[in-house]
Amino acid sequence: MTTPQDTTPGVPPTRERPEDIRAVPVRHPGRWVAIACIAVLAAMFLHAMITNPVLHWDVVGQVFTYPTVIQGMEKTLLLTLCAMVLGIVGGILLAVMRLSRNPVLSGVSWLYIWVFRGTPVLVQLFFWNFMGAIFPRIGLGIPFGPTWVSWDYNSLVPLFMVCVLGLGLNEAAYFAEIVRAGILSVDEGQAEAAASLGLTHAQTLRRIVLPQAMRVIIPPAGNETISMLKTTSLVSAIAFEELTRAGQDIGARTLYIIPSLIAVSFWYLLFTSVLSIGQFYIERHYGRGTNRALPSTPWQKVKANVLTLSLRNPGGTTGGSL
Amino acid sequence: MTTPLQPMVRAEQVHKSYGQLEVLKGIDLEVQPGEVFCLVGPSGSGKSTFLRCINHLEQINAGRLYVDGDLIGYREKNGKLHELKDREVALKRRDIGMVFQRFNLFPHLTALENVMEAPVRVKGEPKQAARERAEARLAQVGLADKGASYPSQLSGGQQQRVAIARALAMEPKLMLFDEPTSALDPELVGDVLDCMRELAEQGMTMIVVTHEMGFAREVGDALVFMDGGVVVESGHPREVLTNPQHERTRAFLSKVL
Repeated sequence: MTTPQDTTPGVPPTRERPEDIRAVPVRHPGRWVAIACIAVLAAMFLHAMITNPVLHWDVVGQVFTYPTVIQGMEKTLLLTLCAMVLGIVGGILLAVMRLSRNPVLSGVSWLYIWVFRGTPVLVQLFFWNFMGAIFPRIGLGIPFGPTWVSWDYNSLVPLFMVCVLGLGLNEAAYFAEIVRAGILSVDEGQAEAAASLGLTHAQTLRRIVLPQAMRVIIPPAGNETISMLKTTSLVSAIAFEELTRAGQDIGARTLYIIPSLIAVSFWYLLFTSVLSIGQFYIERHYGRGTNRALPSTPWQKVKANVLTLSLRNPGGTTGGSL
Repeated sequence: MTTPLQPMVRAEQVHKSYGQLEVLKGIDLEVQPGEVFCLVGPSGSGKSTFLRCINHLEQINAGRLYVDGDLIGYREKNGKLHELKDREVALKRRDIGMVFQRFNLFPHLTALENVMEAPVRVKGEPKQAARERAEARLAQVGLADKGASYPSQLSGGQQQRVAIARALAMEPKLMLFDEPTSALDPELVGDVLDCMRELAEQGMTMIVVTHEMGFAREVGDALVFMDGGVVVESGHPREVLTNPQHERTRAFLSKVL
């Protein structure tokens, strides 16, 4: 450092580098006051929760792992997965239709979104549940002509399928708008560059536009998935035995209503937490090429914070502040 | 097969309007194979629009536009024009490379993947072969060590050279350059122009919309000055740039030279 190495002609000889700045950091007394206040409030809350006789924490624990609750939890997960797959596939299809130059396709998509976004999902679930009353038999054949084969609606579409249809088709309408916004966010020059290379419309969409749209689509998609996980509780209204229903049943039978609901809530919290973590890593994956430095993972942040706290190294870069 | 005298691009009375606004008011010109053809003129003169018509990014409203003897965007049958299908248009665009003012690299792909994309997807080249050729293309534009970088990690000049490599990967017979150096820092313009000069020396037919009069004079074989949607003056670049015949050309050149 002290020896001048840079002797390029035209560049003045480097002077000795001044020593690193070692300033006294700004103190934040407000933070300590806030921490104290919150600590007291949290202690009060915890105390109230633990000592409240109505909450029956031992029962919460039992209900949490009760077989019907576990079964309900599994069904909730499966239902979330199936409804989201239907919603995402349907949403992408609807978005592409909506942006199509074919006026019939974009009109149909518009109508679909109008109907399914415009009515409550609970009402739609009831409709799918009672569809058997409107169309008792579903058949394949020539339109307005003879029918070759037909099935009974209620045996063709079991209750689980009713739930998937009701939630998934509703989700598709919302997801379509998310995908459409994502596609529109991609610069037009991208499609032009792809076209000039000889890619067809379909290839351009799949290879160039959608991957870039994902960056815009993923955050609300994660939101939708988390929302869907909780919306599945609505199907308890059409007597499908999922998590909420399982909790309610135990509550009704044993009169431990609130402990059962708390146990169920913990399951929901657990899964929404897992989904949030998943969302973070997916966002990170699709952020490739856009951020010079990818956002650090929570683990990296913790490591950075611990390092700065323990060393208090001056001039060191910190990931973020409180 | 092409006859030796067939021009690479032939425009006959090309008209183009956006609604009420007529941007091209009857362009006639011919670009010979192997020629470096420069389009200059003030902004809004229609030169970029004309360039975009050549690979059918814009549709023309009247006249005829041929590339290598084929009508662009249409098929003529029994004296009637039929629009080409998406797939057929895509097929013709393979032979016409284009470089944009704002690079338009695919930001989610690395430099190497940008260059490989079209050969693999459009021509169906096997990945390994395409990768090797893409590496060679990048080396050709002086970016052999940047294959793994994403566009956001490259300077403007490097991005534009990747864009040139990407267009060349399809082995086009015609290259269109739409103000390739206008979005670059002055320091980086030279690298891109060198790259284009080398391409010209290899005999590539190039149509270049540019404000780089030095490049036009040194490398160009023909030059057209456009203004208000018409060709005002054309000829050899040295002729037109040093001895412009029209008042409008003189006024423009006095400002940019």
